[in-house]
Amino acid sequence: MHDAQMQLTKKSRFSRNLRKLGRALSQDPVGTIGLLILLAIIAMSTLGPLWFPLDEISNPDLILSAPSAEHFLGTDHLGRDIWAQVVSGGRELLVLAFLTASIAVVLGIFLGSFSALIGGKFDEALLFLADVWLTIPRFPLLVVLSGFFRLSSVTLAIVLAILSWAGLYRTIRAEVLSLKTRDFVEVSFMLDMSMLHIIFKEIMPNMMGFIAANFTLLMRAAIYSQVGLVFLGLLPLDQNWGVMINVAWNQGVIYNPSSIWFLLAPTIVICLLILSLVWISRSLEEIFNPGLQK
Amino acid sequence: MKREFVIFLIKKLAKVLFTVWVVTTLIFFLIRLMPSNPIQQYVQNLVVQYGMTYEEASARASSLFSIDLDANVFSQYIRYLQQAARLDFGTSFLSPGVQVSEIIAARLPWTLFTVGSGLLLSFIVGTVLGAIAAYRRESWYEPIISGVSSFLSAIPDFLIAIFLILFFGVFTWGGRGSIIPIFQLRGNFSPGATIGWNWEFIGSVLDHAMVPILTYFFSQIGIWVLLMKGSTAGCLNADYATIARARGLRPGKILGSYIGRNAMLPIVTEFAMRLGFIIGGSLIIEQLFVYQGIGLELLKATSNRDYPLMQGIFLIMTVAIVLSNLLAEILYGVLDLRIRAKGGSRHA
Repeated sequence: MHDAQMQLTKKSRFSRNLRKLGRALSQDPVGTIGLLILLAIIAMSTLGPLWFPLDEISNPDLILSAPSAEHFLGTDHLGRDIWAQVVSGGRELLVLAFLTASIAVVLGIFLGSFSALIGGKFDEALLFLADVWLTIPRFPLLVVLSGFFRLSSVTLAIVLAILSWAGLYRTIRAEVLSLKTRDFVEVSFMLDMSMLHIIFKEIMPNMMGFIAANFTLLMRAAIYSQVGLVFLGLLPLDQNWGVMINVAWNQGVIYNPSSIWFLLAPTIVICLLILSLVWISRSLEEIFNPGLQK
Repeated sequence: MKREFVIFLIKKLAKVLFTVWVVTTLIFFLIRLMPSNPIQQYVQNLVVQYGMTYEEASARASSLFSIDLDANVFSQYIRYLQQAARLDFGTSFLSPGVQVSEIIAARLPWTLFTVGSGLLLSFIVGTVLGAIAAYRRESWYEPIISGVSSFLSAIPDFLIAIFLILFFGVFTWGGRGSIIPIFQLRGNFSPGATIGWNWEFIGSVLDHAMVPILTYFFSQIGIWVLLMKGSTAGCLNADYATIARARGLRPGKILGSYIGRNAMLPIVTEFAMRLGFIIGGSLIIEQLFVYQGIGLELLKATSNRDYPLMQGIFLIMTVAIVLSNLLAEILYGVLDLRIRAKGGSRHA
């Protein structure tokens, strides 16, 4: 197997892994369902607002009305259509979750692989720091930080990514440690290739599935923190599902069961989004787990 | 105790102290050294709004934050560390004269009660279900247990709380009213109850705590089932299990006394670790149930910019997590002979 891998050019190894990713998701039913839900949510959030534009003006006759033919999830406290808000509420969350996960993955790859490849005191110190970092409660820290800084959605994405470095660092470090002893990595060390070349051309292509699985989990964590902070009213965002839950809750929808979809609809779509991410990650992990492949 | 084990303990304790030190330092510099930090803002505010002189205002700020503003930063820092070590965080902004430690002492038991009961219940039910799911892999109910567990473990806890509130307090089932009156899903106890050890009060507390506890239960049970299932599956073919089967013992006995015990090992330590984390996760859930615990107090402190209270609560949360981690590592060291023999860390 190692010989075969060494004969492959790097480019084909990369595309082979990409193909493997696609195949993995289409073969496993759980992964397929997860991928379909995710694609549906992405399609709804990108194309949906064209068909279902947000109501700009409020309509006092339709305050918190029950589902009807015209507004089939009912209306909110200002008489605006809820379905249109659901359709438009995902884009921002998805983009920010994607941004957070991307920054965090790059950070994790750099720290994890450098730590594993350099080893020695550097590795020990970083591992210790990660251990300490992991014990600091993340969500309360975010809440406290929001008391000191005015977090915008983009700064939040960056802060979230930085805060989540330790978990990914540890898993990637362990993965790189196990790859380090493989022939093709040892050969490139012997050929005196640069560290960056070894990380990105030799090691990373072999961790694609692993990284993709962690990427979706990072997106899940980002969505949790974002929706949580928005629900608590600590983050100013104009239109997303977390804001809908916040507004619905503060408008006392639970005392007005006819308009319960105002609260229920965003809650359900967030659940669907998170389930799809977790399912995709699980199926990726199963396919790429070397323990199961052997 | 062996010498290696003592060294192991000392190492872990040193790590605990280091972590707490990192967090206290982080908070100190956030509050004291940031440009336009809360102390400066407070002083400015007093000068502008109440027409105090700068000296008066900073004297007031020093007493509130228990920081001597005239001293240099380093000696302020040392003093701050000394006070933090005595759990003295000064007095609250919003209720002047009330010690932060008093507020924490009043709120923490409520959170520990709800989080602790939810975690314990989910742990007991989850490990039993997980062991059964692994032992009866061919049964019809195994996919249901595993499916529901992975479903529950994925959904954020506060969304579970919303579903439970809707299910119990809002929806009307079969023409009658909701299962639990909605006012019982808010607050710690009924307003009319006299506080004390009387049945009426205890009943009211339990009524109000039930759905929050159920929330923690449902948000954690999936993880226990999945962990226990994996751990049990790993023990099924161990030598002692094979021998127990060869001796013709009852399946229940094999699962309970032989496999279950060994499979519990890694999970007990996980239990200790999660305890701390869920205290941190209680913020949104306590907000949803208006449950007057430590999480809700932190939220109130943040939205009112009550910095002494914020730093006190955050530090207490960190200490809770660090201590439960320490407990987990000690348990692991005590229970697992392999670690004890090496006397080293789990990452060696």
